[in-house]
Amino acid sequence: MSESKANSTEFKHKIKVHEEIIRVMLFASAAASILITVGIVVILGRESIPFFADPRVTFREFFGSTRWQPQIEAFGVWPLVTATMMTSGIAMLVAGPIGLFVAIYLSEYATQRVRSWLKPVLEILSGIPTVVYGYFALTFMTPLLRSIFGNDIVEIYNTGSAGLVIGVLIIPLVSSLAEDALSAVPVSLREAAYGLGGTKMETALRVVLPAAISGIAASFIVALSRAVGETMIVSLAAGAGPNFTFNPFRAAETITGHIVRISGGDIGYDTLDYNSVFALGLLLFLITLTLNMISRRIVTKYREVYE
Amino acid sequence: MSEFATTNHYGTETDTRENISRRRTAGTIWRYVFYLSTSIAVMALVILILNIISGAFGYVAVKNTIEPETLSERGAPLTELSSEELIAILEANVSTGLLRRLNFEEPLAERSLDDLVELVRIRVVNPQIEETWNLFPSIFNRREIDEWMNTKAEPGTRLEFRVWLTARFIVSPQNPDPQFAGVRTAILGSLWMILITIVFAFPLGVGAAIYLEEYARDTFVNRIIRVNIYNLSGVPSIIYGLLGLAFFVRIMGPITSGAVFGASATTDPTGRTVLSAGLTLGLLILPIIIISSQEAIRAVPQSLRESSYGLGGTKWQTIWHHVIPASFDRILTGAILAVSRATGDTATLILTGAATVIFIDPRSLFTQFTALPIQIYQWSARPQGAFRNVAAAAIIVLLVLLLTMNAFAIIMRDRIRKRRLM
Repeated sequence: MSESKANSTEFKHKIKVHEEIIRVMLFASAAASILITVGIVVILGRESIPFFADPRVTFREFFGSTRWQPQIEAFGVWPLVTATMMTSGIAMLVAGPIGLFVAIYLSEYATQRVRSWLKPVLEILSGIPTVVYGYFALTFMTPLLRSIFGNDIVEIYNTGSAGLVIGVLIIPLVSSLAEDALSAVPVSLREAAYGLGGTKMETALRVVLPAAISGIAASFIVALSRAVGETMIVSLAAGAGPNFTFNPFRAAETITGHIVRISGGDIGYDTLDYNSVFALGLLLFLITLTLNMISRRIVTKYREVYE
Repeated sequence: MSEFATTNHYGTETDTRENISRRRTAGTIWRYVFYLSTSIAVMALVILILNIISGAFGYVAVKNTIEPETLSERGAPLTELSSEELIAILEANVSTGLLRRLNFEEPLAERSLDDLVELVRIRVVNPQIEETWNLFPSIFNRREIDEWMNTKAEPGTRLEFRVWLTARFIVSPQNPDPQFAGVRTAILGSLWMILITIVFAFPLGVGAAIYLEEYARDTFVNRIIRVNIYNLSGVPSIIYGLLGLAFFVRIMGPITSGAVFGASATTDPTGRTVLSAGLTLGLLILPIIIISSQEAIRAVPQSLRESSYGLGGTKWQTIWHHVIPASFDRILTGAILAVSRATGDTATLILTGAATVIFIDPRSLFTQFTALPIQIYQWSARPQGAFRNVAAAAIIVLLVLLLTMNAFAIIMRDRIRKRRLM
């Protein structure tokens, strides 16, 4: 009797240790995600310090000059930033309205049957690798723009073509997030609007849309962050070489495009080029992180809560 | 409101009618706007796919450097020649250095007939592409092609219809000439990479998800982990590429290049290996796997856990024998979606140094490699038409690979569901 009791406590103890080991291992894998963030911040910081510490680069030049030409040691980040703004701005002009309208159509107008094939189609659109979109921009969108506006106006590489195609890429992102927000609006709100004599469109645009506005705003910001970080489309279609221009038909290099071009070749460690890439990466990381945090803030803070 | 004051609060009857018909018109217009937007999105996908298919077929204008009929005394086509004749042609037309190299790889006399014909075609006949057309121009714009042939083509140029996506394209290694280029090295590189990514990210991601859903209380640390995972999922892949370049390729170079393990001299000493790329992609998809697995685990009904506890199961026994089996189908689907994201990712690979010119298949974790997206990127970026065609063919291979992975995920999921019902 007492022997079996001893065995049982021993057994319990064994299980306890076993369970504890597993718990610690699982916690370690969850904590690994923190290590990734720490890794990103430390690496980007560590490798860009030599860039800003270099006598050939000054902070004022980096944020104040409109010329980025590493060959003559000009490191003003603005041409890369404006090109990024051009491509992601154009992308948002395409994906903002279209994505939102698709979301309204899906949540308010479409029948169950249409939804059952339309949603997978949109998912396919977002599942296609971006390098394929780059090919599309180069072999379809650019020739299309050139045949519409003329070969002398539209350059072979241009931010317009890249921006339009990024827009196509992020339509599904906007539409799926915005649709989630629209569907979360309770049916009772719609019924109240109909009861007051509102048409379908008035209900959708003046009742459901305002009620879901925080989720929609968040979806726009997430999409913008995606467009800013988009790399392959711009490096194939937007052009190679920084160019301070706001003309969408001219070539210009974005932050991401520049990083890819510089580090694509055999880049020597601890050169100014190598470190500049990390400085640009840090800038890009801060921009996208800020956008993502804003979108999360909007969702948690301004969400209308219904019972 | 004041102009209606003479009648009643809502205006006259005509006003009301006008108002209603105006609202209806507005409703109709907006409805068409919604239809139009949706069709633009669907059309974009259709055009994208047609554009790729169009690129993978079409006419080419080719000019042989030496006409094959002039090579043998009989004037017979290459396929009708014997091995001896083909070898004689090679010996007569190819430089001695190349001949020695070919003999070193595999003696000419021991090679198969098909192999020899291919060699003569590449090395001696050496067809040069003058111009290419995609599928749709080839079908609908034949006149323009004929006109080009009549006015711009040099004598001896033939018009041929090419299918760029062939079995030979899939099984042959890379070649600097687009006509003989293949994606075998790239497919193998991609598969190696996917394997490393899965082995690294899947257990880690599912483990993290189990912790967050089953163990974590709402403490400060756990809240930070949650927010952090959400933020990580929004970090552009190029940033992960920079992380991989500085950490796996450079700092961990001795390990990822295999130097510490005494890997053979043929490996790359800089750490730009398939291992570095696979690990970097693992980091990239880790947050995605965690988030989708969390959702899968959250969907498991609480009653299942309670019944297990009720029978005396410990926490881990409950998770291992009940929660994971009940959510495994969804975990798997989410993971495969994440892996397809990794398979198509290009920016990370460029930064971690996937090489573009690789002729040998990857043989170990520590070899330099190339991958399908890298090939597509390189070929698309070339201005010559034929490279664009090859890029389109490679895109189809990549999309079929992704489709197969997703189909596999769906089949597995259904099978697991069926087994669970029994």
